[in-house]
Amino acid sequence: MANNIPNRVAICETLLAHAKTDPDIFVLCSDSRGSASLTKFAEAFPAQFVEIGIAEQNLVSVAAGLASCGKKVFAASPACFLSTRSYEQAKIDVAYSNTNVTLIGISGGVSYGALGMSHHSAQDIAAMAALPNMRVYLPSDRHQTKKLIEALLLDEKPAYVRVGRNPVEDIYTEENTPFELDRAVWLRGKGEKTDVALIACGETVKPALDAATLLAADGIRASVLDLYCVKPLDRAAVAEAAGNARAVVTVEEHSPFGGLGATVAQVVSENCPRKVKNLALPDAPVVTGTSAEVFAYYGLDARGIAETAKGVLT
Amino acid sequence: MNAKELEILSWKLRQDVLDIIVAGGGGHIGGDMSLMNALLVLYKNHLRVSPETADDPDRDRFVLSKGHSMETYYAVLCEMGFLALADVKARFSKFGSPYIGHPNNKLPGIEMNSGSLGHGLPVCVGMALAGKRGGKSYRVYTVMGDGELAEGSVWEGAMAASHFGLDNLCAVVDRNGLQISGPTEEVMAHEPLGERFRSFGWHVLEVDGNSIPALDASFTAAKTLPGKPTVIISHTTKGYGSELMENKADWHHHLPTAEEYEKIKADFAARKEAAEHGE
Repeated sequence: MANNIPNRVAICETLLAHAKTDPDIFVLCSDSRGSASLTKFAEAFPAQFVEIGIAEQNLVSVAAGLASCGKKVFAASPACFLSTRSYEQAKIDVAYSNTNVTLIGISGGVSYGALGMSHHSAQDIAAMAALPNMRVYLPSDRHQTKKLIEALLLDEKPAYVRVGRNPVEDIYTEENTPFELDRAVWLRGKGEKTDVALIACGETVKPALDAATLLAADGIRASVLDLYCVKPLDRAAVAEAAGNARAVVTVEEHSPFGGLGATVAQVVSENCPRKVKNLALPDAPVVTGTSAEVFAYYGLDARGIAETAKGVLT
Repeated sequence: MNAKELEILSWKLRQDVLDIIVAGGGGHIGGDMSLMNALLVLYKNHLRVSPETADDPDRDRFVLSKGHSMETYYAVLCEMGFLALADVKARFSKFGSPYIGHPNNKLPGIEMNSGSLGHGLPVCVGMALAGKRGGKSYRVYTVMGDGELAEGSVWEGAMAASHFGLDNLCAVVDRNGLQISGPTEEVMAHEPLGERFRSFGWHVLEVDGNSIPALDASFTAAKTLPGKPTVIISHTTKGYGSELMENKADWHHHLPTAEEYEKIKADFAARKEAAEHGE
């Protein structure tokens, strides 16, 4: 469904709604309040907002310090910088010290299209997932983003959340967003024998869902799993989807190393060996373009996913 | 605790540190010795913490940024009743032990993990900011090494601390002048260190960091300096307490031989006895 509200706006609206009654919610930005859509939060709750300036290492350490004193901290910065420049702070001050910090990587993946590899974050899943005690989430639309942030407000553990810059089509609705923290969402084919299981996260979920429709037109049955929780991975759902299918195709806006596909392949090979094809960005600087252009170029769009699925099944 | 009592106690704790290191088969003894007096004075006379109030939201906070000086931190935490010295000695660095070579915040009394340098000050900025924004009166302390000041994140934290006017934050620099590779001024110069912190918007106190009364006075003074954070540049001697290791860079992480152990032990005992008989 068409939508003009980016996931980052959904994060701000959710935090705004809860900060009214919870003075412990703190939001930190690194000169990124505009691009994170958090200006409204900064204006509404100046005492709960901290501007750190262009200093991502400091952003994450200060967030951890605040959290250690009882604050529920959301630190937002472009995913490219947050997941690399401040990686050690995420490792030690957040994950290892077990502080109640949610790192929000904005404009993730190739959102910054034409700005080049410095601004792409095709490594953030691998990097963050490799940290013990760090959870990794890539919500697929604004409704799921809201549910995720609401769930994270209820616990006190570290997390990394990646969202893109641009609005993405709705998958869920205001009234119907099935969500359980750390459980994948079945979008198609739960409990059914299928030809192929399509497993995706973040902005590749909608193309995967559309690919399933294309495949159905050709008489190919596909299940679709929204695996927004890359870590902890919903292993049971992955095993079930793979077990009911002849093959698996994973789709992610990430490097082919250490992301969703690699993790899913581990689970499938261990539990129900099937052929697994990982669709991902290349191990190279990506082509210049919008997210849609880049996705299409590397076969991460609906048509490309469907073609890959057919190829895997032949 | 008065200066004489602290002085006597410091020599007992230095022997504890030596025993912990020998029992565990390694430790950062040089920096342990330069840190001891500052940490002891801070915990005994200034830092408002205790095992009974370890979860009190109004407690003072301390983060050991130079986390490798963990053996001194163990000795002080044991002295303060957070940990049991016999247990630390028995298990330090042993298989499965929680007593590792850097701060482990699963242990009582330890707020944050560290080990990689340049983390403590920025974390303390967050703690102090939480205090300011929450109307709390607690104070926040950290100790950094001087070699550590080459980390850029220290200066990110330093500029933020003054930007937010964190006069509830006090950082100590254990200025022993040595790091693994040699004198700090040869490896990567920090002078004029006081001017650097002043230019970042800090109050600066310079102190003889081997002197317990001088350290005590500095911590007291820091509480009264308004509007800006305070750094105490604590001029110390690496390996302080025994000529065998004083001002020797290769004692940064040196495990004393049996012969060296006896010499250092005798030196500590002599200094303790002198303290007991002094004014």
